[in-house]
Amino acid sequence: MSEKTKQFWAGVRAEVPLLIGVFPFGMIYGALALNAGLSKPAAQMMSSIVFAGSAQFVTTQLVHEAAPGLVIVLTIAVVNLRHVLYSASLAPYLAPVSTRWKTLLSYLLTDEAYAPTILKYEKEEVTPHGHWFLFGAGLALWTIWQISTALGIFLGTAIPESWSLDFALPLTFIAMVVPVLKNRPAIAAALSAGIIALLAYSLPYKLGLILAALVGITVGTFMEGRE
Amino acid sequence: MNIWLVMLLGGVITFGMRFSLIYLFGRFQVPETMRRALHYVPPAVLSAIVFPELLLRDSVLDVSFDNLRLLAGSFAILVAWFSKNTLITILAGMIALFLLQYFL
Repeated sequence: MSEKTKQFWAGVRAEVPLLIGVFPFGMIYGALALNAGLSKPAAQMMSSIVFAGSAQFVTTQLVHEAAPGLVIVLTIAVVNLRHVLYSASLAPYLAPVSTRWKTLLSYLLTDEAYAPTILKYEKEEVTPHGHWFLFGAGLALWTIWQISTALGIFLGTAIPESWSLDFALPLTFIAMVVPVLKNRPAIAAALSAGIIALLAYSLPYKLGLILAALVGITVGTFMEGRE
Repeated sequence: MNIWLVMLLGGVITFGMRFSLIYLFGRFQVPETMRRALHYVPPAVLSAIVFPELLLRDSVLDVSFDNLRLLAGSFAILVAWFSKNTLITILAGMIALFLLQYFL
Protein backbone atom coordinates (compact mmCIF):
# COMPACT_ATOMS: atom_id res chain seq x y z
CA MET A 1 0.00 0.00 0.00
CA SER A 2 1.39 3.42 -0.91
CA GLU A 3 1.97 6.02 1.78
CA LYS A 4 -0.88 8.16 0.36
CA THR A 5 -3.37 5.28 0.54
CA LYS A 6 -2.18 4.40 4.02
CA GLN A 7 -2.67 7.98 5.26
CA PHE A 8 -6.06 8.22 3.56
CA TRP A 9 -7.41 5.09 5.24
CA ALA A 10 -5.88 6.06 8.58
CA GLY A 11 -7.94 9.25 8.30
CA VAL A 12 -11.10 7.31 7.45
CA ARG A 13 -10.52 4.93 10.38
CA ALA A 14 -9.92 7.80 12.83
CA GLU A 15 -13.20 9.33 11.64
CA VAL A 16 -15.34 6.19 12.09
CA PRO A 17 -16.13 6.68 15.81
CA LEU A 18 -17.23 10.26 15.06
CA LEU A 19 -19.45 9.06 12.23
CA ILE A 20 -21.52 7.11 14.74
CA GLY A 21 -22.26 10.39 16.49
CA VAL A 22 -22.74 12.35 13.27
CA PHE A 23 -25.16 9.96 11.58
CA PRO A 24 -28.18 10.53 13.85
CA PHE A 25 -27.32 14.25 13.90
CA GLY A 26 -27.56 14.36 10.08
CA MET A 27 -30.85 12.48 10.13
CA ILE A 28 -32.31 14.84 12.72
CA TYR A 29 -31.16 17.80 10.62
CA GLY A 30 -32.85 16.35 7.51
CA ALA A 31 -36.10 15.75 9.36
CA LEU A 32 -36.09 19.19 11.04
CA ALA A 33 -35.25 21.03 7.81
CA LEU A 34 -38.28 19.57 6.06
CA ASN A 35 -40.39 20.34 9.09
CA ALA A 36 -39.23 23.98 9.02
CA GLY A 37 -40.48 24.37 5.48
CA LEU A 38 -37.35 23.86 3.39
CA SER A 39 -37.88 21.96 0.16
CA LYS A 40 -36.29 18.51 -0.12
CA PRO A 41 -33.63 19.70 -2.62
CA ALA A 42 -32.80 22.75 -0.46
CA ALA A 43 -32.56 20.65 2.72
CA GLN A 44 -30.27 18.17 0.96
CA MET A 45 -28.12 20.75 -0.80
CA MET A 46 -27.51 22.76 2.36
CA SER A 47 -25.55 19.75 3.62
CA SER A 48 -23.08 20.11 0.74
CA ILE A 49 -23.16 23.90 0.17
CA VAL A 50 -22.82 25.00 3.80
CA PHE A 51 -21.63 21.63 5.19
CA ALA A 52 -21.56 22.67 8.86
CA GLY A 53 -23.88 20.96 11.34
CA SER A 54 -24.61 23.66 13.92
CA ALA A 55 -24.94 26.39 11.25
CA GLN A 56 -27.42 24.20 9.38
CA PHE A 57 -29.51 23.71 12.53
CA VAL A 58 -29.52 27.46 13.19
CA THR A 59 -30.44 28.18 9.57
CA THR A 60 -33.31 25.71 9.82
CA GLN A 61 -34.57 27.46 12.94
CA LEU A 62 -34.33 30.91 11.30
CA VAL A 63 -36.09 29.70 8.15
CA HIS A 64 -38.83 28.39 10.40
CA GLU A 65 -39.09 31.82 12.05
CA ALA A 66 -39.10 33.49 8.61
CA ALA A 67 -36.01 35.57 9.47
CA PRO A 68 -34.65 37.87 6.75
CA GLY A 69 -32.05 36.30 4.45
CA LEU A 70 -29.31 38.71 5.46
CA VAL A 71 -29.78 37.82 9.16
CA ILE A 72 -29.47 34.12 8.28
CA VAL A 73 -26.28 34.71 6.29
CA LEU A 74 -24.74 36.77 9.11
CA THR A 75 -25.74 34.10 11.64
CA ILE A 76 -24.07 31.38 9.58
CA ALA A 77 -20.91 33.54 9.52
CA VAL A 78 -20.92 34.03 13.31
CA VAL A 79 -21.72 30.41 14.14
CA ASN A 80 -18.89 29.26 11.85
CA LEU A 81 -16.32 31.81 13.11
CA ARG A 82 -14.55 29.04 15.01
CA HIS A 83 -13.40 27.61 11.69
CA VAL A 84 -10.90 30.47 11.48
CA LEU A 85 -9.28 28.96 14.58
CA TYR A 86 -9.21 25.51 12.95
CA SER A 87 -7.77 27.05 9.80
CA ALA A 88 -5.01 28.75 11.81
CA SER A 89 -4.38 25.57 13.77
CA LEU A 90 -3.91 23.34 10.71
CA ALA A 91 -2.15 25.95 8.55
CA PRO A 92 1.45 25.11 9.59
CA TYR A 93 0.90 21.44 8.76
CA LEU A 94 -0.74 22.15 5.39
CA ALA A 95 1.78 24.83 4.34
CA PRO A 96 3.65 22.51 1.90
CA VAL A 97 0.62 21.38 -0.17
CA SER A 98 -0.67 23.00 -3.38
CA THR A 99 -3.42 25.64 -3.45
CA ARG A 100 -5.74 23.13 -5.11
CA TRP A 101 -5.28 20.76 -2.15
CA LYS A 102 -5.72 23.63 0.32
CA THR A 103 -9.00 24.56 -1.40
CA LEU A 104 -10.34 20.99 -1.28
CA LEU A 105 -9.23 20.38 2.32
CA SER A 106 -10.67 23.73 3.46
CA TYR A 107 -14.04 22.76 2.03
CA LEU A 108 -13.87 19.49 4.02
CA LEU A 109 -12.69 21.18 7.26
CA THR A 110 -15.38 20.61 9.92
CA ASP A 111 -15.26 20.17 13.72
CA GLU A 112 -15.33 16.42 13.26
CA ALA A 113 -12.58 16.32 10.62
CA TYR A 114 -10.46 18.82 12.54
CA ALA A 115 -10.45 16.97 15.86
CA PRO A 116 -8.75 13.68 14.87
CA THR A 117 -6.50 15.44 12.34
CA ILE A 118 -4.97 17.96 14.74
CA LEU A 119 -4.37 15.20 17.31
CA LYS A 120 -2.51 13.18 14.69
CA TYR A 121 -0.50 16.13 13.33
CA GLU A 122 0.58 17.20 16.82
CA LYS A 123 1.78 13.68 17.53
CA GLU A 124 3.65 13.11 14.27
CA GLU A 125 4.52 16.63 13.03
CA VAL A 126 4.63 17.20 9.23
CA THR A 127 4.88 14.11 7.02
CA PRO A 128 5.04 14.31 3.18
CA HIS A 129 1.59 12.77 2.63
CA GLY A 130 -0.04 13.85 5.91
CA HIS A 131 -2.72 15.84 4.07
CA TRP A 132 -4.19 12.55 2.80
CA PHE A 133 -5.18 11.83 6.42
CA LEU A 134 -7.35 14.98 6.57
CA PHE A 135 -8.70 14.14 3.11
CA GLY A 136 -9.75 10.67 4.32
CA ALA A 137 -11.33 11.97 7.52
CA GLY A 138 -13.07 14.87 5.72
CA LEU A 139 -14.36 12.80 2.81
CA ALA A 140 -15.68 10.08 5.15
CA LEU A 141 -17.58 12.70 7.13
CA TRP A 142 -18.85 14.45 3.98
CA THR A 143 -20.20 11.18 2.55
CA ILE A 144 -21.94 10.16 5.77
CA TRP A 145 -23.35 13.68 6.21
CA GLN A 146 -24.97 13.57 2.74
CA ILE A 147 -26.36 10.05 3.27
CA SER A 148 -27.69 10.74 6.78
CA THR A 149 -29.31 14.00 5.59
CA ALA A 150 -31.06 12.11 2.79
CA LEU A 151 -32.24 9.40 5.21
CA GLY A 152 -33.50 12.02 7.64
CA ILE A 153 -35.42 13.78 4.88
CA PHE A 154 -37.13 10.54 3.85
CA LEU A 155 -37.71 9.02 7.27
CA GLY A 156 -39.00 12.36 8.50
CA THR A 157 -39.79 12.62 12.14
CA ALA A 158 -40.20 8.86 12.73
CA ILE A 159 -37.05 8.65 14.93
CA PRO A 160 -38.17 7.97 18.52
CA GLU A 161 -36.73 10.48 20.97
CA SER A 162 -36.13 7.72 23.54
CA TRP A 163 -33.12 6.53 21.51
CA SER A 164 -31.14 9.63 22.60
CA LEU A 165 -28.76 9.03 19.70
CA ASP A 166 -27.86 12.72 19.66
CA PHE A 167 -25.96 12.10 22.91
CA ALA A 168 -23.32 10.24 20.89
CA LEU A 169 -21.95 13.59 19.66
CA PRO A 170 -20.95 15.12 23.05
CA LEU A 171 -19.70 11.65 24.04
CA THR A 172 -17.42 11.71 21.02
CA PHE A 173 -16.05 15.10 22.01
CA ILE A 174 -15.48 13.76 25.55
CA ALA A 175 -13.53 10.82 24.14
CA MET A 176 -11.36 13.24 22.16
CA VAL A 177 -10.73 15.88 24.83
CA VAL A 178 -9.89 13.64 27.82
CA PRO A 179 -6.69 12.15 26.34
CA VAL A 180 -5.25 15.63 25.53
CA LEU A 181 -5.55 16.73 29.18
CA LYS A 182 -1.97 15.67 29.86
CA ASN A 183 -0.62 18.71 31.68
CA ARG A 184 -1.77 21.58 33.88
CA PRO A 185 -2.05 24.22 31.10
CA ALA A 186 -4.24 21.90 29.01
CA ILE A 187 -6.48 21.11 31.99
CA ALA A 188 -6.73 24.81 32.85
CA ALA A 189 -7.60 25.60 29.22
CA ALA A 190 -10.36 22.97 29.23
CA LEU A 191 -11.83 23.98 32.60
CA SER A 192 -11.81 27.72 31.94
CA ALA A 193 -13.32 27.26 28.47
CA GLY A 194 -16.01 24.98 29.90
CA ILE A 195 -16.95 27.39 32.67
CA ILE A 196 -17.08 30.39 30.31
CA ALA A 197 -19.18 28.35 27.90
CA LEU A 198 -21.72 27.81 30.71
CA LEU A 199 -21.69 31.45 31.85
CA ALA A 200 -21.93 32.83 28.30
CA TYR A 201 -24.37 30.23 26.99
CA SER A 202 -27.23 32.70 26.66
CA LEU A 203 -25.25 34.94 24.30
CA PRO A 204 -26.85 34.88 20.85
CA TYR A 205 -25.49 33.15 17.74
CA LYS A 206 -23.21 30.71 19.57
CA LEU A 207 -20.91 33.63 20.50
CA GLY A 208 -20.51 31.98 23.92
CA LEU A 209 -18.68 29.07 22.31
CA ILE A 210 -16.23 31.40 20.55
CA LEU A 211 -15.67 33.50 23.68
CA ALA A 212 -15.14 30.37 25.80
CA ALA A 213 -12.65 28.95 23.31
CA LEU A 214 -10.65 32.19 23.24
CA VAL A 215 -10.54 32.39 27.06
CA GLY A 216 -9.45 28.73 27.31
CA ILE A 217 -6.70 29.22 24.73
CA THR A 218 -5.46 32.36 26.51
CA VAL A 219 -5.43 30.65 29.92
CA GLY A 220 -3.53 27.63 28.54
CA THR A 221 -0.96 29.78 26.74
CA PHE A 222 -0.46 32.03 29.77
CA MET A 223 0.05 29.06 32.11
CA GLU A 224 2.51 27.40 29.74
CA GLY A 225 4.47 30.66 29.60
CA ARG A 226 4.69 30.76 33.41
CA GLU A 227 5.78 27.16 33.85
CA MET B 1 -33.81 36.78 -0.02
CA ASN B 2 -34.14 33.48 -1.88
CA ILE B 3 -33.18 30.44 0.25
CA TRP B 4 -30.73 29.26 -2.41
CA LEU B 5 -28.96 32.64 -2.37
CA VAL B 6 -28.84 32.49 1.45
CA MET B 7 -27.26 29.02 1.33
CA LEU B 8 -24.80 30.06 -1.38
CA LEU B 9 -23.64 33.15 0.56
CA GLY B 10 -23.49 31.15 3.80
CA GLY B 11 -21.47 28.46 2.06
CA VAL B 12 -19.02 30.92 0.51
CA ILE B 13 -18.48 32.67 3.87
CA THR B 14 -18.00 29.34 5.66
CA PHE B 15 -15.52 28.18 3.05
CA GLY B 16 -13.73 31.53 3.24
CA MET B 17 -13.18 31.16 6.97
CA ARG B 18 -11.97 27.57 6.65
CA PHE B 19 -9.63 28.59 3.82
CA SER B 20 -8.43 31.94 5.26
CA LEU B 21 -5.41 31.10 7.39
CA ILE B 22 -4.58 27.84 5.63
CA TYR B 23 -4.16 29.95 2.48
CA LEU B 24 -2.42 32.93 4.10
CA PHE B 25 0.05 30.80 6.03
CA GLY B 26 2.31 30.55 2.97
CA ARG B 27 2.60 34.35 2.97
CA PHE B 28 2.70 35.20 6.66
CA GLN B 29 4.80 33.65 9.41
CA VAL B 30 2.67 32.73 12.43
CA PRO B 31 4.28 34.20 15.59
CA GLU B 32 5.61 31.74 18.19
CA THR B 33 3.03 32.80 20.81
CA MET B 34 0.23 32.06 18.36
CA ARG B 35 1.72 28.67 17.50
CA ARG B 36 1.83 27.86 21.21
CA ALA B 37 -1.72 29.16 21.69
CA LEU B 38 -3.02 26.89 18.94
CA HIS B 39 -2.09 23.81 20.96
CA TYR B 40 -4.87 24.81 23.34
CA VAL B 41 -7.52 25.07 20.63
CA PRO B 42 -8.60 21.41 20.94
CA PRO B 43 -9.05 21.27 24.75
CA ALA B 44 -10.68 24.72 24.80
CA VAL B 45 -13.10 24.23 21.90
CA LEU B 46 -14.07 20.66 22.78
CA SER B 47 -14.69 21.54 26.44
CA ALA B 48 -16.71 24.60 25.41
CA ILE B 49 -19.01 22.23 23.49
CA VAL B 50 -19.11 19.45 26.11
CA PHE B 51 -19.74 21.47 29.31
CA PRO B 52 -23.07 22.99 28.22
CA GLU B 53 -24.16 19.65 26.72
CA LEU B 54 -23.74 17.92 30.09
CA LEU B 55 -24.49 20.65 32.62
CA LEU B 56 -27.33 22.64 31.07
CA ARG B 57 -30.91 21.49 30.68
CA ASP B 58 -33.11 23.89 28.70
CA SER B 59 -30.33 26.51 29.10
CA VAL B 60 -30.43 26.24 32.93
CA LEU B 61 -27.59 24.85 35.05
CA ASP B 62 -28.58 21.44 36.47
CA VAL B 63 -26.04 19.77 38.75
CA SER B 64 -28.25 17.07 40.25
CA PHE B 65 -28.92 13.36 40.06
CA ASP B 66 -31.92 14.17 37.86
CA ASN B 67 -29.56 15.28 35.11
CA LEU B 68 -29.04 11.90 33.48
CA ARG B 69 -26.80 13.26 30.71
CA LEU B 70 -24.44 14.65 33.35
CA LEU B 71 -24.31 11.26 35.09
CA ALA B 72 -23.79 9.32 31.86
CA GLY B 73 -21.29 11.92 30.62
CA SER B 74 -19.28 11.79 33.87
CA PHE B 75 -19.15 8.01 33.57
CA ALA B 76 -17.94 8.42 29.97
CA ILE B 77 -15.19 10.81 31.14
CA LEU B 78 -13.94 8.11 33.55
CA VAL B 79 -14.11 5.49 30.80
CA ALA B 80 -12.24 7.81 28.40
CA TRP B 81 -9.57 8.46 31.04
CA PHE B 82 -8.85 4.79 31.62
CA SER B 83 -9.54 3.28 28.19
CA LYS B 84 -8.25 6.11 25.92
CA ASN B 85 -10.58 4.50 23.37
CA THR B 86 -13.15 6.60 21.48
CA LEU B 87 -15.53 3.81 20.54
CA ILE B 88 -15.58 2.24 24.01
CA THR B 89 -16.19 5.69 25.53
CA ILE B 90 -19.17 6.39 23.27
CA LEU B 91 -20.69 2.94 23.80
CA ALA B 92 -20.23 3.20 27.58
CA GLY B 93 -21.87 6.63 27.65
CA MET B 94 -24.79 5.56 25.44
CA ILE B 95 -25.44 2.40 27.47
CA ALA B 96 -25.15 4.37 30.72
CA LEU B 97 -27.73 6.91 29.53
CA PHE B 98 -30.04 4.18 28.28
CA LEU B 99 -29.90 2.30 31.59
CA LEU B 100 -30.37 5.49 33.63
CA GLN B 101 -33.42 6.46 31.55
CA TYR B 102 -34.78 2.95 31.87
CA PHE B 103 -34.38 2.56 35.62
CA LEU B 104 -34.82 6.12 36.94
